[in-house]
Amino acid sequence: MSGKEQILARIREALRNPAPIPGHHGDGRHTGDESEKGGHADHAAGCGEHASHASGGFSQWLPPVGSDLESQLELFAKNSADLRTEFHRLSDLTELPARLCELARESRWQRVATHGGKLTGPAASALGLPTLHTDGGYAVEELERCDVGITECEALVAQTGSVLITARSAGGRALSVLPPHHVVVATRAQMVPDLPAAYALLRRNYGTDFPSFMSFITGPSRTGDIERILVLGAHGPKRLTVFCG
Amino acid sequence: MSAPVKQFREDATRVAADEEHRRNISTALGKYYVARARQVGIYQNWQGARQAAAEIKWEAVNHLDRHLAEFAEKLEARGGKVHWANNSAEAREAILAICREKKARCIVKSKAMTGEEIHLNAALEKEGYEIAESDLGEYIVQLRREAPYHFVFPAMHLTRGEIKELFDREVGDVPSDTPEDLTMVARRVMRRKYCEADIGISGANFAIAETGMISITENEGNARLTTAIPRVHIAVMGIEKVLPRLEDLALFLPLLGTSGAGQALTGYNSMIGGPRQPGECDGPEEFHVVLIDNHRTRLLADPEQRDALHCIRCGACLNVCPIFKNIGGHSYGTTYQGPIGSVITPHLRGLQDWKHLSGASSLCGACTQICPVKIDIHHHLLHNRRNAAKQKPLWWEKLAFRISGALFQRPEFFAFLTRLGRLAQKLHPLVKGSVLDPARAWTNTRELPEIAPRSFNDYWREHQSKHQ
Repeated sequence: MSGKEQILARIREALRNPAPIPGHHGDGRHTGDESEKGGHADHAAGCGEHASHASGGFSQWLPPVGSDLESQLELFAKNSADLRTEFHRLSDLTELPARLCELARESRWQRVATHGGKLTGPAASALGLPTLHTDGGYAVEELERCDVGITECEALVAQTGSVLITARSAGGRALSVLPPHHVVVATRAQMVPDLPAAYALLRRNYGTDFPSFMSFITGPSRTGDIERILVLGAHGPKRLTVFCG
Repeated sequence: MSAPVKQFREDATRVAADEEHRRNISTALGKYYVARARQVGIYQNWQGARQAAAEIKWEAVNHLDRHLAEFAEKLEARGGKVHWANNSAEAREAILAICREKKARCIVKSKAMTGEEIHLNAALEKEGYEIAESDLGEYIVQLRREAPYHFVFPAMHLTRGEIKELFDREVGDVPSDTPEDLTMVARRVMRRKYCEADIGISGANFAIAETGMISITENEGNARLTTAIPRVHIAVMGIEKVLPRLEDLALFLPLLGTSGAGQALTGYNSMIGGPRQPGECDGPEEFHVVLIDNHRTRLLADPEQRDALHCIRCGACLNVCPIFKNIGGHSYGTTYQGPIGSVITPHLRGLQDWKHLSGASSLCGACTQICPVKIDIHHHLLHNRRNAAKQKPLWWEKLAFRISGALFQRPEFFAFLTRLGRLAQKLHPLVKGSVLDPARAWTNTRELPEIAPRSFNDYWREHQSKHQ
């Protein structure tokens, strides 16, 4: 028997005795600490079926998000401030090249990296700096020498202040993590309220043919491994800038 | 006394008396309590989220065969390769075989507790591979040649001074002892490793059955670099990590971020489904997943404690545990520390050798209360105690229970012993703390409660006679 068959056989043998439904500890009493609003009717209906798991079902428990775009942009801005993401709302995407040039001057970029895209293409060429394009493949050492990676994204998530990227929408896996500064250019149409909506969007965009890499980026790279004190730029970007037009 | 018990008693005794150590841990955890409580408060319904997570994990674990087979099939359809390891030795061998085939020299690794569980680094080093732990905390404990202190915060027991000293000795060129400067030392070292490494090894926080993906949660970006740059990526994970659907992550990622470090979402949550796909510009040429059983099926076979496999390794139960806070992570002597480690280690490594960990609990239930997937942790500690006693009863325990049973059935004898006890307690100071003291395990650090001068029975009899 192969390892696979052995393990699956052991699992099937182990599962012959059913386990009790969760949330009913030993004596059947609850152990919850905080308030107990709702959420109980669901499991009484039976676990296997997940009445609670209907599309968008998680949103009722997760942190609240306003339903209109303006309140979502505000929430994203507030979360960005907490996370130390530099979030800039543009009145119009035509503003983007000028704002990017300003950031380039202020940050003294020498060399930039980006990928071909409707938003990144014109913006990066306006910089007039030596530019590495990752689209057709690239040398890692070249990318490592760049001061910034400029990418598009799949979505912005208001609830958590996250940028959702995929290998296809953001120039591969490394462009958004290897250079010390990651700049995201997005449109306000890309704002989604919460994580369930972000997954629904991925599903719509890709069906079952997902990119090999998808990531929620929530703030610049960080660590608290030394005395639980926050340090930005542990291994990934020290700065994360989001332009939304 | 078995070796694990001896080590546990010695280390726990030493650390519990080290007040500075306890202060450092308290300071670090204090920040966690504040951040977590604030974040939990933002949820519309934290209890509802926990219940839903418990149910999804129940579904995943109770149909594990189906979900694992689907995961492997989907992943392999996208060019990944799944290796099934019955135990640590097979897991190590699967990884070593890939390293040999690829003629690797340098390996960069992001955090993987299963790596610790199977002693992967030692096996790789023994065969001459250079292996670099890229997570900052893991890098620090690797340089110190010690085990992680906490499975989420591996270096939380160390002060900046100790880390500076370590870096001075092992790396050099350390400008100061600020956390910023120390972090930048590690950043500088690791930057080279990502580019040089032939193979990147990572763990996995979740596996998605429906899409054949793994999901990795981290703050530093080291796992992203580890899985983006080297030409081969190997992910190591336990078989229990599987979730049925991709959308389940919309619940589990925030629960993990909030419970693990009080964040709305951890810095990077990356879903990886295969090696570089056609049309993509980077990513590894090969993607391997090593699925490890290593006695998890033994825990699975126990329906009473099966929910311990729901654990998402957030570490919240360690952070609130009064025992963990006092004895520290290393005293456990296990890969998985704290309450959840005390529950599962006896299943993974033998009940008789590890039952003492289930005894080291005040049964306060803080772990059960904080667990984001509602594992009944403190009752499982009781189950372990019961199972250990049933499997291998101790003669003196049996004798003690027989005597006390007989005692409690004879009121006059019990009353006599109580009176005798009062007398003995008066004489106790003569021997207290010395080798002659029968209660010295207790009285070394505590006072014995005083036996009441009058028993309830005596009181009741007097009371009744007065009022008749």
